[in-house]
Amino acid sequence: MGSELHKLTVSEARDLLRKREVSSHEITRACLDRIGEVEPRLNAFITVCEREALEQADAADRRLASGDDVPAMCGIPVALKDIYCTRGVRTTCASKILDNFVPPFDATVVAKLRAEGAVFLGKTNMDEFAMGSSTENSAFGPTRNPYDLERVAGGSSGGSAAAVAADECLAALGTDTGGSIREPASFCGVVGIKPTYSRVSRYGVIAYASSLDQVGPFAKTVRDAALLLGTLAGVDPRDSTCSARPVPDYEKALLGEVHGLRIGVPKEFFVAGMASDVERAVRDALRQYESIGARLVDISLPHTPYAVACYYLVATAEASANLARYDGIRYGFRAEADNTDDLYNRSRALGFGAEVKRRIMLGTFALSAGYYDAYYLKAQKVRTLIRRDFERAFASSDVIVAPVAPTTAFRLGEKTEDPLTMYLSDIFTISVNLAGLPAMSVPCGYDGGGLPIGMQIIGPPFSEETVLRVGDAYERSGTGKRRPAKV
Amino acid sequence: MAEKRITLEQVRHVARLARLELSPEDETRLQADMSSILEYVDKLNELDTGDIAPTAQVGEAGTAMRDDVVTNRPAPEEMLANAPARQGTFFKVPRIIE
Repeated sequence: MGSELHKLTVSEARDLLRKREVSSHEITRACLDRIGEVEPRLNAFITVCEREALEQADAADRRLASGDDVPAMCGIPVALKDIYCTRGVRTTCASKILDNFVPPFDATVVAKLRAEGAVFLGKTNMDEFAMGSSTENSAFGPTRNPYDLERVAGGSSGGSAAAVAADECLAALGTDTGGSIREPASFCGVVGIKPTYSRVSRYGVIAYASSLDQVGPFAKTVRDAALLLGTLAGVDPRDSTCSARPVPDYEKALLGEVHGLRIGVPKEFFVAGMASDVERAVRDALRQYESIGARLVDISLPHTPYAVACYYLVATAEASANLARYDGIRYGFRAEADNTDDLYNRSRALGFGAEVKRRIMLGTFALSAGYYDAYYLKAQKVRTLIRRDFERAFASSDVIVAPVAPTTAFRLGEKTEDPLTMYLSDIFTISVNLAGLPAMSVPCGYDGGGLPIGMQIIGPPFSEETVLRVGDAYERSGTGKRRPAKV
Repeated sequence: MAEKRITLEQVRHVARLARLELSPEDETRLQADMSSILEYVDKLNELDTGDIAPTAQVGEAGTAMRDDVVTNRPAPEEMLANAPARQGTFFKVPRIIE
C-alpha cells in the first residue's frame, strides 16, 4: 500500500510494533515522506533529522525484536519543539541569537524519550523563545494552519501542533507558559495537555518564564497524550522545582465514564466578543457531558479579566532575567564590536526579534528601581487572587470545562501590528499557568469555515488522571470525531 | 495625542539596563508599545491588594535539595564548541584592559 502509517496514533503504533506487524523503520519512513510532501506549505519544522531518525528507528526495531518488556514509546516517531535541548542537534528556539547552537546535552524529557527508544523526526517551529500566540514571531518564518494555509497554527508551539494535525509525526512535545500548548492544539484540532506546574522536569528546556513554563505533549487522541505524559512526568534532581510525587499510570485512568462528576462552568469564560461557533461547540460538549452522567455547576472565576495584565508583568519580568544569559560570549550569535559593552548590546539587538525585545524591555522596566512595587509586586499579589479563584471553584466542582480561545485560528498578519490584540488571544489560558494547574485542550467541533475548535478541561493541582479521564470520555462518546486536515 | 506613559529617556534607561542597542526608530516604537501595554496593565489597580501575600511560585511547597557532588567530567572541547570566538581553551572577547 502507499504507506498510510504516518496516520497511526501512538497507541495503535505501539500495538502494531509489539505484534511485529510493522517496523519502526516503516512508520518513520512514512512520517519522513509526509514531511517531505507537506513542509513546503506548512513550515512546521525548523530542522528535520532524517538520517538520525532512521538510525533510531532501526535501533528500536532491534530492541523490539529482542524482546519482552519494551517501553511504551519504543519506535514511535515524535517531533520536538525547538526549545528542547537535543544533544548534537541544533536547537534554535526560533531565534537568530541561537541559530547555530548545538547543545552538548539532552533535556531531561528528551533523555527519557531517548531511553525508551523514541524516534526524533526533528525540531518544530515556534514563536521565538516561546513568546507569541501564532508562531509568526519565528526567525524561520511562520507555520501555517493545516486546515487553512492562510491562517496561523497558533503559538507558541504552533509547529508541534501543526505537525501532529498534518500527520507528519505521531505525537510531539510543546511547552506552555500562557497557553502555548492549548491554544495551538485548539487551532489545529489536536489534543494538547499542560500538566500541573512541577509535574514534568524543565531541565534543558530553554527558559522563558520559569514560574510558569511547563512541558507537555500534543497527540491525536487523549489516550496518546496520557501515554506520553506517563513517560515525561516524574522527579528530576536537575530541576529543584520538580515534584517527587509518584507518577500514576495515566492510561489506566481512562475509565471511559464521568458519572456523577461535577463540571464547573465559569461564567467569565463565556464573554461578549467570543466567536459564536466557539461558544456553541463548547456548550454542545457540556450538554454531551450531561447526557453521559456528569453534572454541570455554575462557577465564577472573578479575577479572570485581570489575568492577561498580571501575566504580562510576571512573565516578562522572569523573561528579562532568563534572557540575560544571551550575551554573545559562550554560544550563539555575536555581533562585531571592539569592546565588550558594544558586543553585548549589539549581539542582543541584532540577535533577538522585535517581540522578544519588547518583552525584555517591559520586564526590565517592571523590575527596575522605583517601579518594582507598582508593577511586579502588584502582579504577584493579583496572582494570589487568581489562584484563590480556582481553589474556591474546585470546592464545588471536580473539573472546569471552558473554551480554549475566544476564536478559531486567525489570519496570518491579522494581529501582528498590535501586541495587545495578540496578547488577548490567551485570555482563557493564561490564568491556568498563573495558578499552576493542569489543563488540556480537546477538539470539540469545527466552525462554519471548517476550522477546529477546542475545549479546555482544567483540574486542581495533580489531577491529570481526572482531566485525562474527562477528555477521553468525551472522545469515546462519539461527538468529537477528528476531521483530517486536507493539507 | 494622549500623553505617553513612559518617556523616551526612560526607554533609553531601560535599554541600558537590558543591554539592548536601540535605533531611534526602535526607541519610538518601544515607547508607543510599552505605553499602551502599561496603560492596559493599570487595570490591576482596580483591585485592592493591601493585605494579599504575593505569589512567586506555585506547585510543591519548598525546593528540593540534593548533595553537591560532581556528576560530569570536564569536557572543555564540548563546552567551547559553540563559542563564537576562542583561543586555545578560552572564550575570546574584545580587549577589556588597555
